[in-house]
Amino acid sequence: MSAASWRGAMNLQAPRPLAPADQRAAVADEPRRRRFRNPVRAHHVVVLAFLLAFPWLTTPFFTYQIGAQALALGLIALSLTFLAGAGGMISLAQMTVAGIAGYMVAIFGTAATDGAALGWPWWLAVLLGITIAVLAATFIGWLSVRTEGIYTIMITLAIGVAFYYLALQNYAVFNGFQGKQKVFPPTLAGVYWRDATPFYYLALACALAGYLFVVYLLRTPFGIALQGIRDNPRRMHALGFNVTAHRVAAYAVAGAIAAVGGVLFTWYNGLVTPGSVGTGWLINILVIAVLGGMRHPVGAFLGAVVFVLLQNFAIDVIDRERFNLVIGVVFLAIVLFSRDGLLGWWAALSARMSTHRGGTPWKAASGRSYAR
Amino acid sequence: MESRKRTFVRAVVAAAVLAGLGSAAVAQAPPVKIGLLATLEGPFAAGGQDGMRGAELAVRQRNGVVAGRKIEIIKASSDAKPDVAVNATRKLVEQDKVDIMVGPLSGSEGIAVKEYSKTQPNITFINGSSGAQATTLVNPSPNFFRFNTDGGQWMLGLGKAALDKGYKRVMVIAEDYAFPYSQVQGFMTEYCKLGGKVPVKAWVPLGGKDYSSVIARIPKDVDALVVVLGGADAVNFLNQYEQAGGDKPLIGGSITVSQDILNYRGKRRESLVGTIAGAPIADAYEAPEWKAFVADYKKNFPDGYPSPSLFGLVYYINMKAALDGLEAVKGDLSDGQKKYREALTKMVLKTPVGDVKLDQNRQAIGTTFVTEVVKDSQGNLYNKVLRKIDNVNQTLGQPPAEFKIGSRDEPNCP
Repeated sequence: MSAASWRGAMNLQAPRPLAPADQRAAVADEPRRRRFRNPVRAHHVVVLAFLLAFPWLTTPFFTYQIGAQALALGLIALSLTFLAGAGGMISLAQMTVAGIAGYMVAIFGTAATDGAALGWPWWLAVLLGITIAVLAATFIGWLSVRTEGIYTIMITLAIGVAFYYLALQNYAVFNGFQGKQKVFPPTLAGVYWRDATPFYYLALACALAGYLFVVYLLRTPFGIALQGIRDNPRRMHALGFNVTAHRVAAYAVAGAIAAVGGVLFTWYNGLVTPGSVGTGWLINILVIAVLGGMRHPVGAFLGAVVFVLLQNFAIDVIDRERFNLVIGVVFLAIVLFSRDGLLGWWAALSARMSTHRGGTPWKAASGRSYAR
Repeated sequence: MESRKRTFVRAVVAAAVLAGLGSAAVAQAPPVKIGLLATLEGPFAAGGQDGMRGAELAVRQRNGVVAGRKIEIIKASSDAKPDVAVNATRKLVEQDKVDIMVGPLSGSEGIAVKEYSKTQPNITFINGSSGAQATTLVNPSPNFFRFNTDGGQWMLGLGKAALDKGYKRVMVIAEDYAFPYSQVQGFMTEYCKLGGKVPVKAWVPLGGKDYSSVIARIPKDVDALVVVLGGADAVNFLNQYEQAGGDKPLIGGSITVSQDILNYRGKRRESLVGTIAGAPIADAYEAPEWKAFVADYKKNFPDGYPSPSLFGLVYYINMKAALDGLEAVKGDLSDGQKKYREALTKMVLKTPVGDVKLDQNRQAIGTTFVTEVVKDSQGNLYNKVLRKIDNVNQTLGQPPAEFKIGSRDEPNCP
């Protein structure tokens, strides 16, 4: 297979998610305008109310280890969902970007280990951490946007592994295998932000902001152009769009989201080590994104919830020494029976429901993308 | 017919009532939930499995009941990473609501779990087999107990034994985390003081698979290698050193020549014969308590090792401490487990390798061995006792003010 036809094949197989273009074309003009004017719907309110009430409904364990962890991981996976879903670029280096942010927070702020720790105020450390992570993401994007499909995966994987070994073998800055321990959020306004409930709300605020930002961005001219580039880069180029610039910008935006998630995840664990940016985690982020589905930003968070639940409770389901089998089987089942993760299942279900009710509407039509 | 049916109904009702009474009787003494954490994944998976065996043995010896209360074990797994260990511990404590926590296995995990224990003052944490000095020496937690001696204590006497063997210069190859730091500290403190030299120390990542760069760095003029690697890492290193044609004699860390390594199948295995090591365990220890323990282990776990590994023994010791303490307070865990903790603090624990008592940081003072690997008539490798040292404390007999905790650069005698 020639490189060009391979690229073409990869493009066809790339998930065709986040497809408001599809949907919008099918939706009649009138309801569409209504949707634009008032995008808030009943189920949004219910979900938001549930998320806000979550710490009061459950134990601190669920609030922190399930809720907050899923939100932080979901935010990192969201950056990949955005890149892959809207931009058609599957980057395995999103955890690397998150890890860079975590490391920078530890290096500029405080950590209880050897190696550099400058002890600057937390807000400055966080700001610098996110900035440097965005720069790194832009650099990764700049390196990899000229490739497509499997080549993008390869080059981002290579960058991720390179950073893993850098962190592992550099003692002066990254403190080698030990990494940075005791990297905690500050005590602010009398609240210790690593306590279960405050940390959950912190993670929720960041996750909501990230989610809404991505939803908004997909409707801006930039977002539409990015999806156009995903579907047909040559035509977009002919129309006068700078394909490379759009893609690099998408990496930068995704980098910012991953960086925030990375800072949260570092605070959640209280440490950042080479293990946090090892291949295991690079793949885990991909698993989360694929599990949830890439057709909508919410998929990242759904995937993260399933992932975290499995990680915690698979051991209760089966023989203690074989619990990784359960995790593997569930992942396999979801990916095998749905082309687009949990969201794909959901779409198939609602499409079937609406057909049964006799309606034909756009939901059934939009089912095309996964039933292909 | 009708009457027979009625009789049947009555019988059922009576049975139900009896069953209800029975369960009420049980309900008066609810089971004690003990969380058990070991590494069932990662480089120490084999060791973690044997740790679970050891802990289970302690429970089985009491038929699963202490002071009339049933012992319910809830297991969890980690992969020797501190964040994973804390997540697993948090689940056991906050979700499964265990009363007592036993674990974790590895050094950095121990430090992390100790820090977490401070946020759960009403639960008693007892160590699994983690052996980092910092766990109990730096910022100890009032509810974290360690009934095993630590990595530094395990190596006491080995420095002298190495010099007796004529090893005047050695290279250290050790994993880069808290437990090997402690082991190297325990070895080098004595070795350096007696005039030994350590020109090169190589710190390798835990779970590393490629040791070629380390093997290339071994200087020609060293007499032996101090190898403080555990689990799969030790096996990988030994195989690669064999393939590289290495022939320096080895000095082992405590978990380098434990039963889980001695039983791997590789060519280099033979050349382990003659390796000296420091450990809290010696397979060929002659004491009757030890022999009884080994026999019990073999009877209960036919699929286990020919002799319990270090992890098996140390998990057994810590679980036994948890259960003995429970017996001492007659199963009373009320009042935030205050009485239970007092009992643990004062306890003199009988273990297969001698008595253990705790110091003011709730750290064990106990026995340690210097051992040498030998081969028995069936071809099994085991550790014979060169020297037994009793009452080893955490600062290795030095005044606490002079004692320096092990790290990458401490001690140093190039």
